[in-house]
Amino acid sequence: MTRKQLIFIIPVLLFVVLVGFLAVGLKLDPREVPSPLIGKPAPDFTLPVLDDPGKIITPADFRGQVWLLNVWASWCSGCRVEHDLLLRMTENGDVMMVGMDYKDQDADARNWLRQLGNPYQLVVVDADGKAGIDWGVYGVPETFVIDKQGIVRHKHIGPVTEEAVSGTILPMVRQLEAES
Amino acid sequence: MRFILVALMVLFSLSVQARIEIHEFNDPAKEALYDELVQELRCLVCQNQNLADSNADLAIDLRQKTYDMVQAGSDKDEIVDYMVTRYGDFVLYRPPLKSTTMPLWIGPFIILFVGLLALFLFIRGRSKAQPESTHTKQDLEKARKLLEDDQ
Repeated sequence: MTRKQLIFIIPVLLFVVLVGFLAVGLKLDPREVPSPLIGKPAPDFTLPVLDDPGKIITPADFRGQVWLLNVWASWCSGCRVEHDLLLRMTENGDVMMVGMDYKDQDADARNWLRQLGNPYQLVVVDADGKAGIDWGVYGVPETFVIDKQGIVRHKHIGPVTEEAVSGTILPMVRQLEAES
Repeated sequence: MRFILVALMVLFSLSVQARIEIHEFNDPAKEALYDELVQELRCLVCQNQNLADSNADLAIDLRQKTYDMVQAGSDKDEIVDYMVTRYGDFVLYRPPLKSTTMPLWIGPFIILFVGLLALFLFIRGRSKAQPESTHTKQDLEKARKLLEDDQ
């Protein structure tokens, strides 16, 4: 290859590389900030139950079972998007889903569950968002998978999708349940 | 005329009031620390703003948390650690130097080096490609003869 040919080919190659980077960049979602919690013990909270404000729940109450924590609020439009999927995930009753009602009004939250159906075995109320900060929540909805030892194994940011549920979350729950 | 009117309207339009809460500090050093932190911590919701500039709900909560910790006497490292264990390095506008952030820190210097190398090779190649003179011996001989004939 002569020098002249090289001079024309190199910019084309550089351009192809640049396009490659841009194409990958387009597919990445900058909102998906990797959670530092993965592989760490679930952050503690001490929160009242929506239907029974006298009752206090902490993550230690779920020790020994695999559970999902879904952070939601009645003011959150993304939560409405994922709601049907959540209902379908838990309709068999074999997936333990805990809801964390994030910076919401109790009455609005109860209305929402009455109208749209309740996918949660239990809803805890994080009225001031302090527990949300401890869990690194920065946008609802967010869904965490916690194993039997109380370790956070997975976090899904934004509304769960069909493929996230059947491709990642449910297989992970099954696998974690099979572990001792 | 209409242009002037529009310009005047823009000029005198009511400025949008940002929702900024007032924090009182019992120590100027704490106030300085708070100001420094809210400048350096990123708002996770509106990712190109820091906590100081953002009016997102979460930013207000995190400013409050920062204020509470500063007032309680936490130092900078403690507060930064608190945020990083919850939100990861992404919460920092200046990511720490470690293996995963290495490309971020040294990448620009590598690119600069490659660029300088390419420039150097290009310049050297060009000066080599152009010999001192493109004239052959015969040409020079001919030229000299012509000049001598003139005299």
